[in-house]
Amino acid sequence: MLRYTVTRLISLSLSLIAASIIIFFVIEIVPGDPAAFMLGLNAQPDTVAALQRELGLDVGPVERYFRWIFGILQGDFGVSYTYRTPVSELIADRLWVSLPLAIYALTLSTLIAIPTGVIAAALRGRPTDTAIMGVTQLGIAVPNFWLAMLLVLLFSITLRWFSAGGFPGWEEGLWEGLRALTLPAIALALPQASILARVMRSALLDTLSEDFVRTARAKGLSRAQALRRHALRNAMIPVLTIMGLQFSFLLAGAVIVENVFFLPGVARLVFQGITQRDLIVVESVVLILVFAVIVVAFLVDLAYAWVDPRLRHQQ
Amino acid sequence: MSDLPLVRAGDGDRGVWRAASSSRSFVAGFVVTLVFLAAALVSLVWTPYEVTALSIPDKFKPPFGEHLFGTDQFGRDIFSMVMVGARTSIAVSVVAVGIGVLAGVALGLAAAANRRGLLDELIMRSNDLVFAFPVLVIAILITAVFGPGVINAIVALGVYNTPVFARLARGAALSLWSREFVLAAQVAGKGKFLISVEHILPNILNLLVVQGTILFSLGILAEAGLSYVGLGAQPPLPSWGRMLAEAQTLTAIAPHVALIPGLAIVIAVLGLNLMGDGLRDILDPRVRRAGR
Repeated sequence: MLRYTVTRLISLSLSLIAASIIIFFVIEIVPGDPAAFMLGLNAQPDTVAALQRELGLDVGPVERYFRWIFGILQGDFGVSYTYRTPVSELIADRLWVSLPLAIYALTLSTLIAIPTGVIAAALRGRPTDTAIMGVTQLGIAVPNFWLAMLLVLLFSITLRWFSAGGFPGWEEGLWEGLRALTLPAIALALPQASILARVMRSALLDTLSEDFVRTARAKGLSRAQALRRHALRNAMIPVLTIMGLQFSFLLAGAVIVENVFFLPGVARLVFQGITQRDLIVVESVVLILVFAVIVVAFLVDLAYAWVDPRLRHQQ
Repeated sequence: MSDLPLVRAGDGDRGVWRAASSSRSFVAGFVVTLVFLAAALVSLVWTPYEVTALSIPDKFKPPFGEHLFGTDQFGRDIFSMVMVGARTSIAVSVVAVGIGVLAGVALGLAAAANRRGLLDELIMRSNDLVFAFPVLVIAILITAVFGPGVINAIVALGVYNTPVFARLARGAALSLWSREFVLAAQVAGKGKFLISVEHILPNILNLLVVQGTILFSLGILAEAGLSYVGLGAQPPLPSWGRMLAEAQTLTAIAPHVALIPGLAIVIAVLGLNLMGDGLRDILDPRVRRAGR
């Protein structure tokens, strides 16, 4: 397990470095000078030069990359061009909305999808299975932001159970915070749950036809026991893969759904950053999103090894 | 993967078409997709109303009156906008899948032909890396650099599709490289490039078609999302995502303005997914046998 973890860790660090280089140099090719942009058309050249120094723009790109990356390692993402506050603070504030939203949605999606998929597989070919497959087929086709709009129309405008948007802040208490994130989380979770339930069903059907399940049945286990003790664990590998992939969809989806609910998450920050040419903010948010995806993929790899002991002992 | 169905001379299309017409999900999906394609093509020459024509006195007309789908807050005909929106969605997705197929298949075949070589390793690692960038993040990066526009959506989706096709092509090609007919071609002195193009590619086409259909439907969803947040199609180009963005604050006053473009997306994606499922059943006999 240790050897497996170490090789995975090395490839994790290489991926993180490569991703940071790509992001930095893509942003680097942006035409125009942020300092000149911030100061406007009538700025004096020496004022621009001073601001360039202040923002660390007076050195070459390679040196800037290393300054940037070492800064980040110490938690310093630089200073926002427009807000004039540390980017790390800006992002941390917003992440307190976006990250709980993504986790909330992932939890909902898993809680809905796993039992649904198991039921569909156990009742394969029966009306319940057909109904589940039909509903999930529809669920995959629904855009999450449109579902969000429908939820607002039903639960906020018509029934008035939830507010139509905004976020009261966690200071108002956990309950109020979760309440504000519930509709967005449902909108994100249902399409993902549809995919996950289908994967769960087909993975379980695959393992249920394996010899070891037949052996378990032959030893006298009931169908349900064989499913629970032998098939389920083996069906988890594809399910974990999809869950890992879904996390990146959820993070990206959160950015879109935050728009529907006017949530003060990273979405608003990054879109403001784009319109105000506050590229250091855009760069940092993108970096954090991509890092999150890479780290989750790494955790999924570790989870494989936990589920499947054969992987642990592989060279 | 080892028992990929091979293409043989004289393997007529008739069998495939018979299987196709008996697959209910394929037929349903195919019909829906045709309707959207037709709407998109017709919109090039004709729409019931001018999509940019504003007529404030006609605003918020309900559906099924003079205007089949009603009108929006500027009195524009929603049916016409949905038609042109179909064109935007289809154009973006088709080009994005095209980019993914061309780049991805070339990379995947090259990687498989140089199995375990430096090139293979390089291609697959870059693939993993690109995989870590969600479509939205690619679109954000491109928009930050070049400004917003529908081309961004195409490039972002194309970049996203490339590793998907590369991985698929490599996996399928690897299993073919150990087959006798490829060995025979090698013995006959054909190079890796010729073998990849003449022998491997025709035999992975089925898989590519199925994957292409799935990514086509994902593309429509993604284009809608990108246009919704303002990273895709820009005014005055109608797009389903932008129609929804504009309708967002109007759901309480005129729900049809938000319902219709959303339904268009759902039906189009559902149709493509059904067609993809049907195609997989038809083209991959292993799935047919397993009855799933």
